[in-house]
Amino acid sequence: MAEKAKVAFYWCASCGGCEEAVVDLAEDILQVVDKAEIVFWPVAMDFKREDVESLKDEEILVTFINGAVRTSEQEEMVRLLRKKSKILIAFGSCAYTGGVPGLANSYSREEILSFYYKDGDTVFNPDNKRPTPHFIEGNFAFEIPEFYERVYAVDQVVDVDYYIPGCAPTRKVVKNSIDALFSSQIPPKGSVLGASSRSLCSECPLNETKPEKIYLKSFKRIDKSQPESDKCLLIQGYPCLGPVTRGGCEALCVKANYPCTGCFGPVDGVKDYGAKAISFLSSIIDSIDEKEIEKIIDEGLSNPLAIVYRYSLPKSLIFDTKIKKNGG
Amino acid sequence: MKDNKFEPKILGIFCNWCTYLAADLAGVSRMDYPSNIRIVRTMCSGRVDPQFVLWGFKNGADGILIGGCHPGDCHYIEGNYKTLRRYLILKRILREMGINEKRLRLEWISASEGEKLQRVVREFTEEIRNLGPISEDRAFKLQLAEHKK
Repeated sequence: MAEKAKVAFYWCASCGGCEEAVVDLAEDILQVVDKAEIVFWPVAMDFKREDVESLKDEEILVTFINGAVRTSEQEEMVRLLRKKSKILIAFGSCAYTGGVPGLANSYSREEILSFYYKDGDTVFNPDNKRPTPHFIEGNFAFEIPEFYERVYAVDQVVDVDYYIPGCAPTRKVVKNSIDALFSSQIPPKGSVLGASSRSLCSECPLNETKPEKIYLKSFKRIDKSQPESDKCLLIQGYPCLGPVTRGGCEALCVKANYPCTGCFGPVDGVKDYGAKAISFLSSIIDSIDEKEIEKIIDEGLSNPLAIVYRYSLPKSLIFDTKIKKNGG
Repeated sequence: MKDNKFEPKILGIFCNWCTYLAADLAGVSRMDYPSNIRIVRTMCSGRVDPQFVLWGFKNGADGILIGGCHPGDCHYIEGNYKTLRRYLILKRILREMGINEKRLRLEWISASEGEKLQRVVREFTEEIRNLGPISEDRAFKLQLAEHKK
């Protein structure tokens, strides 16, 4: 029997939803197991770091990494897996563009630590203790990973071959990606696998109800009102980011009456997703008066950063820098 | 650099029909304004993609001045209104990202307002000089702190 291809999974700063997405493949995963041998998957199987270290360089065929990078441990593991793998795939929004954990880049490390260890309402920490990477208590020396100054997307730490978008990637996207990898035509390096190259609107069932031009005097909030299910969410006043977001999810959220928040990231050729989302949102505001525009923005788009950069702050042009090797 | 005084780099993105002509007028009328500003011409202020602004800050601009036609005067009817809306959202984003929003400024300067151009560029340069280099802003400090280690 020919040797099976080796596959590894790893998670960094993520919620576990991407691991779910792999499990969600259900019986389809059996095809993968048929073709491949899983050599590392901390969330589901008992392997240790030594098992990866003992492999030869590039012995793993494909490694899927989900989650963004914020600690020294995550950086080390990502570098180690890069060395041991032929193909490394950033799996899910956090690995691809930084994801929700990436929003932490709008605070400094110090602000985050002082809130969680000192100023937060529910914090009781009279000795003002903070997590310290090297720590000695009695006869024991402890070591915990270092918390970096900012969050990185995986491709800001190591070279990434392919990206699979989504928060989390849908079953179909994962399946398409795997098919693409095992197909005879290997996609060019750096491509986004499994998803569409057009914007979400092109596959949205409500697209027919979307007019040529949209003008809004105010934005509605999904937590305060319920949209009608048979009309484009944009004309109803919900800031749906479908027009600037890559399709491929088959408009899952919109079908569930929830506006698109942009987890599939930008379409091809766009460097900064949030910047395009700013352009888009400003193009549908129906006002030419500065005061009125400010009112529309402040009432309808509170915290605009979290709207336009919900999944991509570390990959915005301002934050898009590579990590310095070893120790951030 | 004289006397170690901070000299800001300022990027001006001016529209072809108004503000750029105002800069020409200021030039031929020999009105001097600080040489800190580097001017780029776009056909309309509505062409200014927020990516241009972010790219500018990323690549060392300490301040960015966008110049367009007065409301109602846009050569393309409504380009400058689009800029205004974009600018107002972008300012809020910059603030939350950790970049001083005062580093971005939008001004309406018509082709005949050479003096206004001179005044705005002088004011803006002075304001940015007082704010200090952009590397002092949180968004960039975050990154520099990592790279110093």
